[in-house]
Amino acid sequence: MRHFKRGVAAALFGGLGVALAGWPAMLPPARAQAPAAAAPGLVAQGEYVARASDCVACHTAPGGVPFAGGLPFALQMGTIYAPNITPDPQTGIGRYTEAEFARAVREGVRRDGASLYPAMPFPSYARMTDADIHALYVYFMQGVKPVASTVKANSLPWPLSMRWPLIGWRMMFAPSVKDAQAKSARPFDDPVLARGAYLVEGPGHCGACHTPRGITMQEVALTGADGTRFLSGGGVIDGWIPTSLRGENRTGLGRWSEDDIVEFLKTGRIRRGSAFGGMSDAVGHGTQHLTDEDLHAIARYLKSLPPHDTTQTPWRYDATLATALHAGDLSARGARTYVDNCAACHRTDGQGYPTVFPPLAGNPVVMDKAPDSLIHIVLTGDILRATHQAPSAFVMPGFATRLSDEKVADVVSFIRKAWGNDAAPATAQDVARVRKALPRTEGDAAVPLN
Amino acid sequence: MASIKMKPVDAVVIGGGWAGSILAKELTEAGQTVVMLERGADRSTASDGAYPGSIDELEGNFRHKIFQNLSKTSVTIRNSSDQTALPYRQMAAFLPGEGVGGAGLHWSGVHFRMPPDDLILRTKVKEKYGEKFIPEGMNLQDYGVTYDDLEPFFDKAEKVFGTSGEAYTVNGQVVGKGNVFAPSRSDHFPLPALKDVYGANMFRKAAEEVGFHPYAMPAANASAQYTNPYGVQMGPCNFCGYCSGYACYMYSKASPNVNILPALRPDPNFELRTEAHVLRVELDGTKTRATGVTYLDRNGNDVFQPAELVIVSAFQFHNVHLMLLSGIGKPYDPVANEGVVGRNFVYQNVTTTTAWFDKSVYTNQFIGTGGGGVAFDDFNSENFDHGPLGFIGGSPVWVNQAGIKGIAAAKIGGPPGTPHWGSAWKKAMVDTYQHSVRMDAHGTNMAYRDVYLDLDPTWKDAYGMPMLRMTFDWKDNDIRMNRYVVSQIAKVTKAMGARDVHLGQRQPGEHFDTRFYQTTHLAGGAVMGDDPKTSALNRYLQSWDVSNVFVIGANAFPQGTGYNPTGMVAALAYWSAHHIRTTYLKNPGPLVQL
Ligand SMILES: Cc1cc2nc3c(=O)[nH]c(=O)nc-3n(C[C@H](O)[C@H](O)[C@H](O)COP(=O)(O)OP(=O)(O)OC[C@H]3O[C@@H](n4cnc5c(N)ncnc54)[C@H](O)[C@@H]3O)c2cc1C
Ligand code: SF4
Repeated sequence: MRHFKRGVAAALFGGLGVALAGWPAMLPPARAQAPAAAAPGLVAQGEYVARASDCVACHTAPGGVPFAGGLPFALQMGTIYAPNITPDPQTGIGRYTEAEFARAVREGVRRDGASLYPAMPFPSYARMTDADIHALYVYFMQGVKPVASTVKANSLPWPLSMRWPLIGWRMMFAPSVKDAQAKSARPFDDPVLARGAYLVEGPGHCGACHTPRGITMQEVALTGADGTRFLSGGGVIDGWIPTSLRGENRTGLGRWSEDDIVEFLKTGRIRRGSAFGGMSDAVGHGTQHLTDEDLHAIARYLKSLPPHDTTQTPWRYDATLATALHAGDLSARGARTYVDNCAACHRTDGQGYPTVFPPLAGNPVVMDKAPDSLIHIVLTGDILRATHQAPSAFVMPGFATRLSDEKVADVVSFIRKAWGNDAAPATAQDVARVRKALPRTEGDAAVPLN
Repeated sequence: MASIKMKPVDAVVIGGGWAGSILAKELTEAGQTVVMLERGADRSTASDGAYPGSIDELEGNFRHKIFQNLSKTSVTIRNSSDQTALPYRQMAAFLPGEGVGGAGLHWSGVHFRMPPDDLILRTKVKEKYGEKFIPEGMNLQDYGVTYDDLEPFFDKAEKVFGTSGEAYTVNGQVVGKGNVFAPSRSDHFPLPALKDVYGANMFRKAAEEVGFHPYAMPAANASAQYTNPYGVQMGPCNFCGYCSGYACYMYSKASPNVNILPALRPDPNFELRTEAHVLRVELDGTKTRATGVTYLDRNGNDVFQPAELVIVSAFQFHNVHLMLLSGIGKPYDPVANEGVVGRNFVYQNVTTTTAWFDKSVYTNQFIGTGGGGVAFDDFNSENFDHGPLGFIGGSPVWVNQAGIKGIAAAKIGGPPGTPHWGSAWKKAMVDTYQHSVRMDAHGTNMAYRDVYLDLDPTWKDAYGMPMLRMTFDWKDNDIRMNRYVVSQIAKVTKAMGARDVHLGQRQPGEHFDTRFYQTTHLAGGAVMGDDPKTSALNRYLQSWDVSNVFVIGANAFPQGTGYNPTGMVAALAYWSAHHIRTTYLKNPGPLVQL
């Protein structure tokens, strides 16, 4: 999920000029009270909240100590680094009082009063309960080892290095804690739904990736109560397009059952598809650690969201092209490239070998309006990470060096057309555009060991 | 270099192949702290099986990228005791592994259970043909375990490996078209049999026609996607033919790397150290107890790893080598016919027959999978009457089309007698590649008094250790067995309608030639049994002499068998681990009292 945050930060600085007036809100200097040793249950509870909030994703450098910061967010005009959030008093957050900590997490204000870059999803965290924040604080202070590690200074040139313009952004787009909490606590018939809404809209910050953003990079909806654009699919992040988590039949979760979603969040792999891109990390760091009850709550809540795009006809498997391939007819655009490069794993009938190799037939990612994710994965390949319950990782090789833009466009068009997918074809220009925008390094792509 | 002493652990496991991974998994499950030491690099599908770079025949089968580094360690070889052995400097006859997964990463996948009669061969032969039937100089022995003892562990190994096959009997009931000679099983194979390639299917039909009993070979190449009892997953095999010599890029061929280690690596009780070359097992003053092992780490430091339990699982001949270097058990002396370590060293007696067919018959030799094929067992084990034939042993016969790649095809060329260059060669090569079928007689090699392993008095390896010396040659009993079984293949090739056949038979008096690949199915040398005078290990693979050392591998086979060894190695590993877990750990000491 760290990918999206890079995207957000990039866009923010890429010419937005959120140059609105405001001054850092200064807090009286306060010394952190080393919290009295809390019940061990509280530390574990806080750790759980940290998982649900996926703190580790951003606050850990590739191969680095968890929470010691240093993950670079490479932007066009410089690099910013995620801070050390271990309780080291000098280089980490050891001197934060609980109130300062709560303000940073929920309101995006640092201990010294400076604004945090909205790479930190504080507009979502704003709705976190005091109890969760308390547990989280106890966990960071007592359950995490302090690591003295000074994160590299951000290398943004002036005037971008000034943080004060962010205050305006915060004032315009980040909800107050009170409002946010009130909204999440809106009435639900089913307590499971209420819990799901809290997790999705709050700590889980699913919308950070899966909700479209406005021109000033704010999420256009922060909760299910804000209309159907909430979780209706996000913008491109590092060349991946997060799909809709709403009820669209083709491109959303319309055909996924509650159990499908639970299993997906646990293992990253179900009969309908496998996690890749940023979602692979989200499952790995975050969702796989959640309890079955919470996963069901999330799933049930997502299943309660009606489609944003109400025009989609239900996907139905169409065997025409599969039959042609089976008979050796490779005349369709991209068919030959598909058979030579993809069919071993994804099969000529597009059904794949789930849950090892995902199906392409009926896969929501494949039918997305934009072909970017599909193009990206064909170019770079990707890794389905191991989880506790599914200890095997699977690597898809990249084809960037083997297939030209035309060939990639052909094969992507084939996949988007075949098996009833019927999505619009891709062009060589699309491929060139995605190829050009690919992140140069996938810093955290540790090679799986199976 | 420095001498380093590590923190003691419960168990140290030498070697990261099949045997080592199974023991490490079982011991960590039992709550033991385990360090696994592997002399080679870490390996995985993502690095060594990355498609398409991994399917490079030159790098894989000819430059032996993931095999043992012979510039550091090797063996010396000679045919008989009166010769001076020379080092095996280039990979040819056999291809030992190195690196995590061992040979289990680049094996083919043929996955058999041992025939019940092979486990009690001495008893069986005596019973059927009388003791005199055993030729002078042949050390025929029983294993000390029976099929019934091992059945649950064969079953477990198949489930872990995701083995494809078709059963004949389950719990005594005929359930399918599997091998009629195979013993009854407690369960079906975890996956259905692989499909026959075309040539194998021709062979199946013809074998049936002449009255033999063909069956689909059991293969640890997954016929469908699979999740094993450890929760790890395999993809389905696509018959690409890049098993033997490669890491499978489809996660389809069972390997320690794909099938066990993903569940073992995250275990906090488990630690894997790579580039850790074990020099010896250390013994205390009484020489009856191991205190740990000494190894060289990647920086050349001498490291001592103390442990309560030592598992030697470094592959058959490395196991024997380590025992000899460590002084575990009495070295074999062929002259006095005493001692056990190095005794009963055996190999696999394989020859290949080729049949050519009409140009309209495309056998497409490039297609195939390492473990798949069709076999018949009518001349294997005690499935036929040896009385009138006068030899001991037998061979399964099979079409195991494992995918012949371009360079290999060029080397094979055409039928014997065709030139090795020029247009005639090219024509014959293409003809052979497209229109021929290869059949193996995959036979037994018995154990003999003058075939053995010992420490070479002359040659040392890069670490200054005396190298292991192999004294090996083919013997008349085994040559006659091969010639008889291969002569039976002629019936099948005739029924297949072959236009030309080359019967691959051993020639009388033929010597072992290290220059040509045969198999890496080496066995014996530190065998299991009931009598410490003829076995180095008891029936639990525990050293008779040093009871906290268990030696796991094909070294335990008292003589050769017609099948490939790994199914048996894995079953023995689970068998031994079971008894370590249920008995030894509760009360460490000899599991067999004499
Ligand atoms: C090309 C090929 C094809 C094969 N095909 C088949 C087949 O189809 N069916 C079948 O049944 N068998 C087959 N085999 C045999 C099979 O690979 C072996 O039986 C099996 O791997 C044995 O397992 P192991 O654990 O005993 O040894 P290995 O898998 O070889 O593992 C031993 C490990 O110990 C390490 N080691 C050795 N010495 C030391 C030391 N001193 N210190 C530290 N580490 C050390 C090695 O590097 C190695 O990684 C094949 C072998 C090869 C080479
Ligand atoms: S033939 Fe099958 S098992 Fe062997 S390497 Fe190819 S896909 Fe893997």
